[in-house]
Amino acid sequence: MKKFALAGNPNCGKTTLFNALTGSTAYVGNWPGVTVDKREGTYKRGEEPVSVVDLPGIYSLSPYTPEEVVSRNYILDERPDCVINVVDATNLERNLYLTTQLMEIDVPLVIALNMMDAVEKNGDKIDAKELERKIGLPVVQISALKNSGIKELMDRAVKVSKSGRKGETVLKDSPIAHLVRDVAISLEGQKVGAPLFHAVKLSEMDEIEVQMHPELVSTVDAFKATFSDDTFGNDLEAVVADARYKYISANYASVLTRKQKEKGRLTKSDKADKVLTHRIWGIPIFILILFAIFHVTFAEDFLYLSAMSGGSLPTLFDAVEEGGLGWEENAGTTLLACIYDGALFSPGVIVTNLLNWVLDWINVGMGMACENAPAWVGGFVVDGVLGGLFAVLGFLPQILTLFLFFSILEDSGYMARVAFILDRIFRRFGLSGRAFMPMIMGFGCSLPAMINTRTLADEKERTSTIRVIPFFSCGAKLPILTAIAGAIVSHFGVGNAELITLGMYLLGMVTAIVSVLLMRSTTMRGDVPPFIMELPAYHPPLFKGLMIHLWDKTKHFVKKAFTVILASTVLVWFLSHFSWNWHYLEDEVMNESILASLGMLIQPLFTPLGFGSQLGAYGWIFAVAALNGLIAKENVISTFGTIAACLSLEVVPGLEEGVGEAVAMIQATGITIPALIAFIAFNMTTIPCFAACATARAELPKGKFKWTLLFWLCTSYLVSMLVYLVGSWWWTVFLFAAALAAAVAAIVLWAKKRPAGKTVRTEIPAEIVAEAAVSDEKGDEK
Amino acid sequence: MLKTLDTFSVGEAGIVKTVSGEGRIRRRLFDMGVTPGAEVLLKKKAPLGDPLEITVRGYELTLRKTEAACVGTEVEA
Repeated sequence: MKKFALAGNPNCGKTTLFNALTGSTAYVGNWPGVTVDKREGTYKRGEEPVSVVDLPGIYSLSPYTPEEVVSRNYILDERPDCVINVVDATNLERNLYLTTQLMEIDVPLVIALNMMDAVEKNGDKIDAKELERKIGLPVVQISALKNSGIKELMDRAVKVSKSGRKGETVLKDSPIAHLVRDVAISLEGQKVGAPLFHAVKLSEMDEIEVQMHPELVSTVDAFKATFSDDTFGNDLEAVVADARYKYISANYASVLTRKQKEKGRLTKSDKADKVLTHRIWGIPIFILILFAIFHVTFAEDFLYLSAMSGGSLPTLFDAVEEGGLGWEENAGTTLLACIYDGALFSPGVIVTNLLNWVLDWINVGMGMACENAPAWVGGFVVDGVLGGLFAVLGFLPQILTLFLFFSILEDSGYMARVAFILDRIFRRFGLSGRAFMPMIMGFGCSLPAMINTRTLADEKERTSTIRVIPFFSCGAKLPILTAIAGAIVSHFGVGNAELITLGMYLLGMVTAIVSVLLMRSTTMRGDVPPFIMELPAYHPPLFKGLMIHLWDKTKHFVKKAFTVILASTVLVWFLSHFSWNWHYLEDEVMNESILASLGMLIQPLFTPLGFGSQLGAYGWIFAVAALNGLIAKENVISTFGTIAACLSLEVVPGLEEGVGEAVAMIQATGITIPALIAFIAFNMTTIPCFAACATARAELPKGKFKWTLLFWLCTSYLVSMLVYLVGSWWWTVFLFAAALAAAVAAIVLWAKKRPAGKTVRTEIPAEIVAEAAVSDEKGDEK
Repeated sequence: MLKTLDTFSVGEAGIVKTVSGEGRIRRRLFDMGVTPGAEVLLKKKAPLGDPLEITVRGYELTLRKTEAACVGTEVEA
């Protein structure tokens, strides 16, 4: 099967084209760097199937970030049959810069001129025929979004892939043409693949090339000694970059006719930017948007109607009674209760209520179906399987609502602006605004967030960011938050579930900030990494794209619920209903179960955190739930669900799934509010789920993973101990303040003794260079 | 008049003359199209005065003041 690779600048529509070609639903966003690893699909609509590889977006083939190395190595080593260079037509000049580098590799190349519809909409014109003639490569106009031009593109790509192509350089007329030619000839003599490309990179003293071909460095040095350009001296890197852009301006300016723009006329994007990145209002608007998202997703008192009316809105029951209709429990009233009950619910809560209504109905039905079966069968089905599963599934609507809003922000291009607004603040903590993107993705799921850190060029910044990503509470941790916050409100009658949830999210963020500060001033020291980033134009998010994101997320969540989570709820049920001598235990004597004895064993560890030995007979449940969370965070609440269902504790009716179970736990153990908050804090900041750990292990530099695990464990222990102790005995805050002051003083003293080396930031991580060199050699042998 | 990019006021435009700075930053600036001869316009500053948003080669680029200080430009006085 032929293999084609898609290469191009970040955010130029490669992934959209990939989806159009392969019919897959890969993730597309409107910020640079959404695709950070290559992925493969198959194009089946041609005469023969073609394998298509989507490469991470790159601005150049210089190896400064891991994703640039991925793309470069792929093209050089894997030798695709054709490279499709996706070019954003609205930004022709900079996009062609990469094209001039790709041209130098001996591989067939086709240019896909994407976003032509946007160009026409602006009133500009691009003469594709003229471009093709000047550049000497096939140029096809496409719109990946509207699926036009795809067939022609693939036909031409297949055609050119049949004959090879010799690399060509635009540096032929530049002052260093001689040098490039000489080096290329020696490389060709050594049978190196793509000699021209390597020759140009070597002339630029590219670090990977210098390591691979040290014998040729002297040639370059000798040339540099005699060479002096008027503007650049003997800085060959500048000469090459300049020559590329000069070539582009000279040759391609003529193919583009811009509509005469009225001076000072603002594009829609400019107008939106005027408000959203306003000097004074930019940050407040951002905070407001975040707040609005949380309000729409979680508020039990939508738009604060109830609070504003001073709590005088009648509950549904009262309203019906007053209306003289007489209360009757039927589908109609239940449906109404999902939407309004003394306060209007937010859309997120309404959908949750509706789903839970259905789930309850199934649960009751299953209970009735099992009536005649042996007791343990009914217990197993209703409590063991459904109890745990539904406690988790019930949160799907809120997770999806939150995810939908983040997708909208991302697709529209606003997230990139947020990085722009917040960079100044992030720099204080030794990170760049770019680190904001993976962090905010962490609110959805840690896995893609950790992979996305590859857009960060600085290894230490990457490590620090990966370590704090779990503190940005992910979708799976949301049930823990809402269930326990809801339980606190309904059991103790204090606070506001929405505020507690928001507060916990903030606690996670503060923990992240403090940890980053500590790391950047101790083990992860280095200069603040640079922040040079493209701001993509705003565009309205596409309905289809959003639905694809949501569907993917739903699929992922449901799949997880029916595999990992189902397996662990069943396991929890078995362990909690059998004693060590394999006797089936009734629900009432669960304290003699295997699970209970295991829980009691580790329970003392959690005593300083408030959910250890001081709890009553059922206190081990919290320890077990936290442990279970290491497999998947959804398990924390599903464990509650399974056990609460069995305890035949009065699960308060009329509450959301999960909340009732948490209330039952509170009643059974007599746990205090500070301890409950500490429990949330522990689960939020501790070692993330199994899948996230595996991802972190793969993304972190070698040898850093075990320290990262230790870091997560210590952080969660400290944070939840702080929450519990300060919450229970306020004066302990002074002890923590004193400890913090001592720690800060120690770090400052230590830092003075060992000033951070200036060299840190220029280093390319040795592993990347080594890896690239190894695979380059492989490529040469072929 | 010669001037570095970080000293621009909003709305000011100039032609890039020199790009200095440490290896990686300079390389990145080149790759993003900030090369001698390119026209740059300071479009706006972030709410806290830093980073900057510039228009270069027909698109929007954001960079910090410290990085902008590496870019020497010629401004029409």
